[in-house]
Amino acid sequence: MLTHLKGAGAALALILLGGSALAEEAGAPKAPEGPKSVVPVHASTADHSKFDALKKEFTSGPEVTEACLSCHTEADDQVMHSIHFQWDFTHPDTGQKLGKSNVINAFCGSVAGNEPRCTSCHAGYGWEDMNQPPPQQSSAVDCLVCHDRSGQYTKTATGAGHPPLDPVKPGTKTITGAAAWPVDLAKAAQSVGLPGRDNCGNCHFYGGGGDNVKHGDLSSALYMPSKEVDVHMSPDGENMACSTCHVSDQHKWAGSRYDVNASDPHHGDVKPGARRDVATCQSCHGEEPHPASLKGMKLNDHTDKLACQTCHIPEFARGGVATKTVWDWSTAGKLGEDGKPIALHEFKQSDGKELHSYLSTKGNFEWGEDVEPYYAWFDGQVEYTTSGYTIDPSRTVEVNTIKGDPADGISRIWPFKRMEGRQAYDAKLNHLVYTHVWGPTTDTAFWTNFDWGRAIEAGMKAAGVEYSGEYGFVDTYMYWPITHMVAPAEKAVDCAECHAADGRMAELAGIFMPGTDTNNWTGILGKLIVLAALLGVLAHGAIRIFAGKKGDSHD
Amino acid sequence: MTKRIVKVYPRFERLWHWSQVILIVTLMVTGFGLNGVHSLIPFGPAVMLHTIAALALLALWIFATFWLFTTGTWKQFVPTLQGMMQVALYYAWGVFRGEKHPYKKVLWRKHNPLQAATYFGLKWFVFPAIWSTGLLYLTYNFWAGAVPNASFWIWAIANLHLLAAYVIAAFVIVHVYLLTVGHGFRAHVEPMITGYDEVDLTPEQEAYLQADEPWRLKPQES
Repeated sequence: MLTHLKGAGAALALILLGGSALAEEAGAPKAPEGPKSVVPVHASTADHSKFDALKKEFTSGPEVTEACLSCHTEADDQVMHSIHFQWDFTHPDTGQKLGKSNVINAFCGSVAGNEPRCTSCHAGYGWEDMNQPPPQQSSAVDCLVCHDRSGQYTKTATGAGHPPLDPVKPGTKTITGAAAWPVDLAKAAQSVGLPGRDNCGNCHFYGGGGDNVKHGDLSSALYMPSKEVDVHMSPDGENMACSTCHVSDQHKWAGSRYDVNASDPHHGDVKPGARRDVATCQSCHGEEPHPASLKGMKLNDHTDKLACQTCHIPEFARGGVATKTVWDWSTAGKLGEDGKPIALHEFKQSDGKELHSYLSTKGNFEWGEDVEPYYAWFDGQVEYTTSGYTIDPSRTVEVNTIKGDPADGISRIWPFKRMEGRQAYDAKLNHLVYTHVWGPTTDTAFWTNFDWGRAIEAGMKAAGVEYSGEYGFVDTYMYWPITHMVAPAEKAVDCAECHAADGRMAELAGIFMPGTDTNNWTGILGKLIVLAALLGVLAHGAIRIFAGKKGDSHD
Repeated sequence: MTKRIVKVYPRFERLWHWSQVILIVTLMVTGFGLNGVHSLIPFGPAVMLHTIAALALLALWIFATFWLFTTGTWKQFVPTLQGMMQVALYYAWGVFRGEKHPYKKVLWRKHNPLQAATYFGLKWFVFPAIWSTGLLYLTYNFWAGAVPNASFWIWAIANLHLLAAYVIAAFVIVHVYLLTVGHGFRAHVEPMITGYDEVDLTPEQEAYLQADEPWRLKPQES
């Protein structure tokens, strides 16, 4: 049965690919005929296509939500208290106010000032001002973005979360960057089920403005990944949905990037059959995951220092989708001789697709595929350089600082994508700034007017933060923990990648790693001892030959 | 005193010696590979081979220790200063002048004083250093959690292990070279293969061997 389903899924994917190509040729964008990922069937006791509340013509997203809530009476309240809706997270340990509505990143900068574009991926409808909390009426929750299983529900890229409906204005894009089609809301409402990889991926795979731009380990390759790319999510592997690990309770999910479980010492305390609310590798695999053999024992020796991901995700951005590795905003704004924006596409992805290397709107870019991670000690805490934080512009600014201590017992060496940026800051107050980049109708948005001064002033005003009026550009690093795209065991990082001089972890302190320093003091002393022995016997032998004597015979 | 060809290396001692040769060479090649001296063997297989060879060598050493004490042959390895000077002088001077080796092998002394001292040092200091640090290295996970500063200790243990390995390498070089001194390489290796070597026997020893262990004596050449 399962293999049959997998086959059907692959066929479906083929149809989809063919379908979208045809649609482009024909001009009018056509809705996908099914979801981009197949997940194992979860037996349900309800067939939503038989519900009267859903058998009607819907004219807006909120109308569908009202129909959902007529049965699921508590769902709106649950979703509205989740980070998917609030975009606001007060860190329990550091007290920092984080979440999308607050932080500044090394990509498009900030949500504040660019709402209808950024909030297109909000799990709700109509959040147009970050100074306000998200809309509070219960119908503002978007049920379909997570639960549609017809595959044709989507959101408009610049519509503050609303779906494209008939008639779709030509040129409209969806949140994944595809030409928008008119969504059939009734079909979507009647199809609902548990979220598949596509429901999560349609937003999370496209963070930062495009496929795999932001995370590096979350890309469209994960809709239907091969086993090589992701053993867990591959239909040829475990065919897991995101929620298999990111378990939820009342619409709250395990696995936060703001408060990470860098290790999971309590995984063993959970009784069989009990809920596991932590999305760690250990929550399923335990602390001694390797087989009980000599080799397994030696590999288990590593788990007190290394995160599982460190060996089992040898590279990120695998599966043919590149990730942005460098984003230099400071060069943005150059226009062609005709006064129009320029676009250069000098990076060729392995599938032949050319990706932008310069855009007048966004500056210079570098991309990478199969990228070797950056490694650092990580205890799960990340401190963000929020707008109130004073920076030292003479050095590379860490947009988010990774915390970790080799000796604390909790920290592990983790793989990260280290995004290199060059972004705007307040040159007088030494703060990172909010920028107003998107706004086709304003006279301040950078992408329309190419004037940093006005774009920053407007961004800071939108965020309600003081601005001196002087700006500059500063080099930045931003760290993204890598945890998806787990490779098959035989493709794990080879020992010698680290156990060698100039290995992957050469820069890391706080750990003893055999094989990395053959010429330390002991190595030199030892080599001198051996050299002395060699020279000694050579000299002794030479003198014997020179003296013409072979040495004694006892006779 | 009569010179006789006598079986001085019983089968177990020869097996012990040559197994030790194979295991120590394996350990040195894999170990120095792991340390980064060369890259002839991939790291993972080298770890496995090194571990298995080390465990085999430990088992062999347990048998050998048992053998030495039950057969009384441990006495061969007791160091002595008697004659040390003459042997040292011989290697430093006499050998170049074609002098005779001052040491005469006797039945309960296969080793000259310099050899005995070397083996004493190996058996009591260098070998214990390498196997104790090796075991601690191997079992890191079993004690790391209970020991503060485990990263420092594993570093110290690894360096001691390495130093002992270099000392053994130096020993092997000198050991092999000294086979060429005197009767020559072949004559020195042969006893460790056949078990027979030329030994000075007292009339009492000769009589005893002839009467009670005749298979240890080769017939006298005429």
